[in-house]
Amino acid sequence: MLRHFKILEFALSSLLRRRYKNLGILVVYAFTISVLASILFLTDSLKQEVSRVLEGVPELIVQRTMAGRHELTPIQYADTIRALPGVGEVRPRYWGYYYDPLTKANYTLMGLSSDQPELQQLEGRLPTASGECAIGPGVAEVVPAALGDEIFLIDSRNTGRSFEVVGVFRQPSNLLTNDLVTLTVEDVIDFFGLPGDHATDLAVQVFNDNEVGTVAAKIKQVFPEARPIARSELRRTYDALFSWRSGMMLTIFTAAIVAFAILAWDKATGISAAERLEIGILKAVGWDTSDVLELKFWEGLVISVTAFLVGVLAALVHVFFFGAPILARVMKGWSVVFPEFRLSPHVSLYQIFLLAFLTVVPYVFSTVIPSWKAAITDPETVTR
Amino acid sequence: MIKSKIFLAATLLELVLLAGFLVHSRRVEKSTESLRTSQTAELVSVLQLTDLSIWTEARYTRHPSQADFFSAFQDFPAALEHFPAGSVVSPPTHLWLEESTETTTAPE
Repeated sequence: MLRHFKILEFALSSLLRRRYKNLGILVVYAFTISVLASILFLTDSLKQEVSRVLEGVPELIVQRTMAGRHELTPIQYADTIRALPGVGEVRPRYWGYYYDPLTKANYTLMGLSSDQPELQQLEGRLPTASGECAIGPGVAEVVPAALGDEIFLIDSRNTGRSFEVVGVFRQPSNLLTNDLVTLTVEDVIDFFGLPGDHATDLAVQVFNDNEVGTVAAKIKQVFPEARPIARSELRRTYDALFSWRSGMMLTIFTAAIVAFAILAWDKATGISAAERLEIGILKAVGWDTSDVLELKFWEGLVISVTAFLVGVLAALVHVFFFGAPILARVMKGWSVVFPEFRLSPHVSLYQIFLLAFLTVVPYVFSTVIPSWKAAITDPETVTR
Repeated sequence: MIKSKIFLAATLLELVLLAGFLVHSRRVEKSTESLRTSQTAELVSVLQLTDLSIWTEARYTRHPSQADFFSAFQDFPAALEHFPAGSVVSPPTHLWLEESTETTTAPE
């Protein structure tokens, strides 16, 4: 045991002798791990959030398409769909987008019937009368508006309308409600100038999850222009969106892994003359090949474990304590109203092991293998 | 032996911090999961929401699951994507997995 400690001590002294080079490697290495870990933690937490959302989503959303685009849906569709076996409630949804020229932001306007229950995530109440609204925290911030204030929106007839803010959604719900402006159904119909017998789409309740596909097929048969979207498709959409194997995440992952592979390749294809000399001298003074390999193993492990732990801890702090401000800038894009990420901490051992396997193992290998090549060479040849 | 002791102590401290965070995240998750799930499900079902309100720059980024068939490249086929969010959304699997037998109606 003491022997291992002494070799570790020697390895640390050896690393400190080349302190600037090793510090450079450590910083780049920890930064790469921190970026990868931040992406993993953020996307995984968002996936958790989506899985919570999907608990409450209707089994089917029925849209109508015309000329390849989403069109308003006639409300009489609801009666036909309600009569299908296995179908429960069919509720028309009234919603649309609104560009606010004052704040240069897009809001989602949503119509709600006045018989809604109280919501835990809402400060105040939902609108029950014409001229009232409840707004998301993002809207409250950009307008700015608070409970009791009024917000001004311009309707489809180019007339300014004011709505009293009777509710503001609480900050923890901002991933769902950030850009929402909820009005009464009548106000939304009037505001957008929707035809009275049309809704934006229909939310369909299906009693048995196994029958969703059959009900969707029947709806499609009765209304060929309808587009039923099942909850499983929503899940698939978000799985693809936040999977670490897809899109930007894959791009960043690939770039980081390639950069890391270059670093590992550079180390694996040769060691510096000074390091070669050091190995030769150690062999000449009586070190075994196994001792030299252990020394190099410790050197690789010290750098990679330190970089790994620092990188992972930095990512945890970045994502869960500061709300991933660096990644949020990348993801924000053109959004004026963008939610602040206050994610509940969710880290799995799988993620930690995945990161460790992708980063620590190749680095240690790339440190030990070239040293093994030098260590099995004759000391005289190496030092000459 | 001072350097190795300092190194081992620092590594141990980092490991304890990491383990502490893992345990803390499990405890927080356990204690708040059911409340958060029920509150979110209530909100989603009352407001009839379908998507996360992350990107508000375009229809198809605000509601990726409700978008037109042409989304995200909806202006014309193979049009370059305008928004960074478009680079986060991967193309539908059938475009890059020929053997995929999935027939999806929602854009992925």
